[in-house]
Amino acid sequence: MGNKQTIFTDEQLDAYQDCTFFTRKEILRLHGRYHELAPHLVPMDYTNNPDVKLPSALIVNMPELKENPFRNRIVESFSEDGLGNLSFNDFVDMFSVLSETAPKELKAIYAFKIYDFNTDNFICKEDLEKTLNKLTREELTPEEVNLVCEKAIEETDMDGDNKLSYDDFENMISRAPDFLR
Amino acid sequence: MPRQKLIATESDVSVEVETEDNAETADRGLEEESSEVVACHKTARRGHGRSASKVKEKKPQEVQARRSKVKEKRKVLRDQCKEEDGQNEDVPKRSNNHRNKRTKTEQRGDFKRKTKDEGDEERSNISPQEGGTELRVKIKTKGAKKLKKREEKVETSRALSRFSSESEELSEEESEEQKEVLTQEELEILKEAVEEKKKLIANLRAKPWPMKKKLITLRESQEFVEKYEGALGKGKGRKFYAYKVLMVKKWMKFQRDFENFKTACIPWEMKIKEIESHFGSSVASYFIFLRWMYGMNMILFGLTFGLVMVPEALMGRPYGSVPRKTVPRSEQASAMDFAVLWDFGGYAQYSVLFYGYYSDQRAVGWLKFRMPLSYFLVGVGTVAYSYMVVIRTMARNANRDGGGDDTSFNFSWKMFTSWDYLIGNPETADNKFASITTNFKESIVEEQESHKDENIHLTWFLRVLANFLVLCCLAGSGYLIYFVVRRSQKFALEGLENYGWWERNEVNMVMSLLGMFCPMLFDVISSLENYHPRIALQWQLGRIFALFLGNLYTFIIALMDEINLKRKEEEVVKYNMTIWEASLYNGTAADNATTAPVDPADVPRGPCWETMVGQEFVRLIVSDTMTTYITLLIGDFLRAVFVRFFNYCWCWDLEYGFPSYSEFDVSGNVLGLIFNQGMIWMGAFYAPCLPALNVLRLHVSMYLQCWAVMCCNVPQERVFKASGSNNFYMAMLLVILFLSTLPAIYTIVSVPPSFDCGPFSGKNRMYDVIQETLQSDFPAWFGKVFNYASNPGLVLPFILVMVLAIYYLQSTSKTYKAANLDLKKKLQTQNEENKKKNKKAALKAEAELEEARNAAVSKQERNVCSQQSRMETRTFCEGVPPPGDV
Repeated sequence: MGNKQTIFTDEQLDAYQDCTFFTRKEILRLHGRYHELAPHLVPMDYTNNPDVKLPSALIVNMPELKENPFRNRIVESFSEDGLGNLSFNDFVDMFSVLSETAPKELKAIYAFKIYDFNTDNFICKEDLEKTLNKLTREELTPEEVNLVCEKAIEETDMDGDNKLSYDDFENMISRAPDFLR
Repeated sequence: MPRQKLIATESDVSVEVETEDNAETADRGLEEESSEVVACHKTARRGHGRSASKVKEKKPQEVQARRSKVKEKRKVLRDQCKEEDGQNEDVPKRSNNHRNKRTKTEQRGDFKRKTKDEGDEERSNISPQEGGTELRVKIKTKGAKKLKKREEKVETSRALSRFSSESEELSEEESEEQKEVLTQEELEILKEAVEEKKKLIANLRAKPWPMKKKLITLRESQEFVEKYEGALGKGKGRKFYAYKVLMVKKWMKFQRDFENFKTACIPWEMKIKEIESHFGSSVASYFIFLRWMYGMNMILFGLTFGLVMVPEALMGRPYGSVPRKTVPRSEQASAMDFAVLWDFGGYAQYSVLFYGYYSDQRAVGWLKFRMPLSYFLVGVGTVAYSYMVVIRTMARNANRDGGGDDTSFNFSWKMFTSWDYLIGNPETADNKFASITTNFKESIVEEQESHKDENIHLTWFLRVLANFLVLCCLAGSGYLIYFVVRRSQKFALEGLENYGWWERNEVNMVMSLLGMFCPMLFDVISSLENYHPRIALQWQLGRIFALFLGNLYTFIIALMDEINLKRKEEEVVKYNMTIWEASLYNGTAADNATTAPVDPADVPRGPCWETMVGQEFVRLIVSDTMTTYITLLIGDFLRAVFVRFFNYCWCWDLEYGFPSYSEFDVSGNVLGLIFNQGMIWMGAFYAPCLPALNVLRLHVSMYLQCWAVMCCNVPQERVFKASGSNNFYMAMLLVILFLSTLPAIYTIVSVPPSFDCGPFSGKNRMYDVIQETLQSDFPAWFGKVFNYASNPGLVLPFILVMVLAIYYLQSTSKTYKAANLDLKKKLQTQNEENKKKNKKAALKAEAELEEARNAAVSKQERNVCSQQSRMETRTFCEGVPPPGDV
C-alpha cells in the first residue's frame, strides 16, 4: 500500500471520501482487504474503474461478517444485482453504512433491507421467523417462535396490516436504546 | 434536435406531472400568474382590437400546456442544466451571447411552428397567436425556473408581449433586451442551483443509494458547480465571488486533510477494534473509556507539568538553597536508599513532585512567573476542567440515546437490535447466540405468566438478609481501614525505622486487599437475592461503589486526624524555632555577623502536612497500580498458563471444568479506573506529580490489559452491550469527582498552610494569593471592583438568581417531559384506534366475504352455471385481507 498513486487517483479518493464516511487511509485499507479476498481477480490498479465483482461466498467469509447470522442478507442488500456479488463500489458502500460514523437514519434504511428477507418492502411474519431462527440458531420451538413474532408485530405494527412497513420499523428502531451497532 | 426532444418530453409530461413533489404549489403559482398574464394580454391587445372572449376561451388550453411544459422544463433543468449549454437559453455566458440569441430565436420559431400545428382552430388568427405563443414560451422558460419570481416575470412578459405585438422584425433587439433581464434572474436561479448541488455533495454520503449512483451524481454535480460557479457574479462582484469560491474550496480541502490527520492521531484504534471483534462491544467499551481517561489525564498532566513543575524546576531557586528544598541532616544518610525513594521519602520528598518543595517567592525567574498564583490557579483549573469534560461528555451521551425508556417494543427490540454486529470471533458468537436464546426464553416465560407465584416472603427475607450482610461488610471494612490508619499513625510517631515492611505499607495493602476480596464476597451474597442478571449487575456495581467510597472517606477522615496532629506538632516546632533562632543569633552575633550562614539542612522545620497528604496519595496510587498489575499477572496470566499446560495431565478437564480461563470483568475494571481517577483529583493539589503518574499508569494499563485480554481471557458468558450503560459510568465519575474535590476544597479553604513549606507559606489561607495578586499586580480600581463584586451583598443575590434559573430550567424541562409523555400517549391511543378501525374494516370485509361465499355456495347449489360466480368471488377475495389475519 506504499504507493497509493497506483491504486487510486487523487480525484477518485476525494470522490470516495465525499460518498462515504471514510478517510483516505481507510479507503486504501479497504481496497487492500478487497484485494486480499481474491488477489488474482482484483487488480491493484483501480484508476480506470475496472468492472470486477466478487461472489458473495468470498465476502461472507471475511472475519468481520463470518460470525454474523445475517451475513448473506447484508451482502445481498448491498449488491447491485441482489444476489450478493459485490463490486468494489458496493463493498465500500457496505462498510461505509456499517461504520460507526454513519447516521442512524441511514442505518435504519439498510437494516430494514437486511431484515426484509423476501424483498417485498415489508417485514412480514416469515421474515420475522427467519430473523428469529437465525438469531437463536433455531433453538426455540415453533410455538415460541410464533408467539414472539406475533408479539413483535403487535408491538410495532401501527397500521394494523400485520406486517411491518418501513415507517413502523423506523419508528420502533429509532427509539431502541442500543441500535448503534 | 431540440424540437424532437421537446416534443418527446411534452408527450410524457402529462404522466410525469403528477409525481412532482410541489406540483400543487407550482400550480397555484401558475394560476395566479396566468391571471396576471391574461390581464397583460388584454392590455397588450386592446390596441389591436382583439376580443377578450377569445383569449379567455384559449386560456384553459394555454394554461394546461404551459403548466405541463413548466414542469417538464423544471425537471429538465434540474438534471440537464449542463447539457443545455449550447441550445438553451439557460446559459448566462456573455461570451457566446450572440450565438445563444440565435439559437433562442430559432428555438422559439420551433415552438411557434409546433404550437401552430397543435392548435387547429387558432390557425385563423395567426398574428395574435404568435404573440401568445411567444409569451407562452417566455413564461415557460422562466416559470420553469422559479415561480417565486412571479412579479419580475410578469414584468418581462409584459415587456415581451409589447415587443412582440408591436413588430416582428424587432426580434434581434427584443432578444437582446430579454437577455439582460434573463441573465439577471437566471443568475439567481443558477446560484440557487449551484447551492443545491453543493448541498447535495455535502449530504451525498448519507444517501441510501448504491455507490455507483452516488459517484455519478457526485461527478455530475461537481462538474455543474465547476462550470457555473465561475459564471456567477459580474463586474467587481465576480472577482470577489471567484475568490470566495476558491477560498471555500481550499478551506474544505484543509478541513478534510485535518480530519484525516485527526483520525490518524487517535491512538490504539486498531487494538481496540481487534478486541471489539473478539469480545464484543462491552469489553471494547472499557478500553474506549480507558482511552478517554488517558486523554483527559494528558491535559491535566500538561497543565500541571507546564505551568507548575517546569517553571519551578527551571526558574525557581535551585535544590539546597533553602531549608524546604534540602533534605534534613538527620535523613541525609538514607535519602538515596531505594526503599526510601520507593516510599517517596528522601530526595523524592524534597523535589518538585510534592507541594512542600515550592517556594513562596511571588515571582520566579526572568519571566517574573507568578509561581504561587499559578499553583493555585492550576489546582482550581484542574478541577474545573474535569467537571467541564465529564459533564459535556455526559450531555453528549444523553443526546445520543434518544429516550429508549418505554418498554413498548420489548420483543421487536430484542429481535432487531440484540445482535452485536461487531462480533467476529466464533466463541463470542456462540456465547451471544446462547445469551440471545435465553433472553428470548426468559421474556417468553415472563409474557406467559406475568405474575409468577413465588414465595415472596422468602425472597424478601433473603434480600433483606443480603443487604444486611453487605452493610456489615461495608462497616467492617470501614472500621478496618480506620483502625489501620490510626495504627500507622502510632507507628509513625514512634518512628518507622523500628518496623518491618508490613507495618509500613499496612494501610495501602489493607485497602487493596479489601478492594479485591469484598467484591467477591458481594458476588456470593448477591446470589442469595435471585435478581435478574442485569439488575444484579447494577446492585453489584452500586455495592462496590459504596465500598470504595466508604474506604476512601475513612481514609480521608483518618488523614484529617493526621493533619490536625501535624498542625499541633507545627506549633511546637514554631515555638522551638524562635528559641533556636534566638540561640543562633546569640551565638553568632558575639563573634561577627559575617560567619558562614547556617547550612539549610540543619534548620529545624515543621512537619509540612501538605507534603504528607501528597505522599499518602502517591503511595496509595502506586500500591493500587501494583496490586492491579499483579492480580492481572497471577489471576489471569498464570492461571491461563496453568490451565493450558496442565490440562494434558489432569484428572478433569481444566479448560471447561473448575478453574477454566478467566473472564474480563468490565464493571470491576471500570470502577477501579474511576476510583483511581478520584484519588488523582483528590491528591493532585498536594502532589503535582500525580497526573503524570496516572498517565504513566494508564499507558501501561492499556498495553498490559490489551495483551492480557487477547492472550488469556475468554469472552464473557453473559455478553451484554455496553453502549447504553456508558452514561452510568460517567455518572459515577461525576459523583466521584464531586466527592473527591470536596475534601480538597475543604482543606484549601479552611486549613491554614504550613508556615515553612509550599508556595503559600506565611499566608493565613491559601486563597490569599488571589488577594495579594490583585493588590500588587493590578491597578487599584480593579481590586476595588473585585472587592465590590465579592461582597456578600452581591454574591448572595447572584447565587439566588442562579438557583432560580436552575429551578426555572428544571421546571420547564419537567413540563416538556410531561408534554412529551402526553403526546406519546395520544399517539398511542391514535394508533390503537387506527388498529381498531382497521380491524373493524377487516372484520367487515370478512363478513362480506363470508356472505359472498354463502351466496356463491347457495348459487352453486341453485345454479348450474356456477363458473361465473366463483370467478367473482375470487376476484372479490383478492381485494380483501385474508380472514386468518384478523
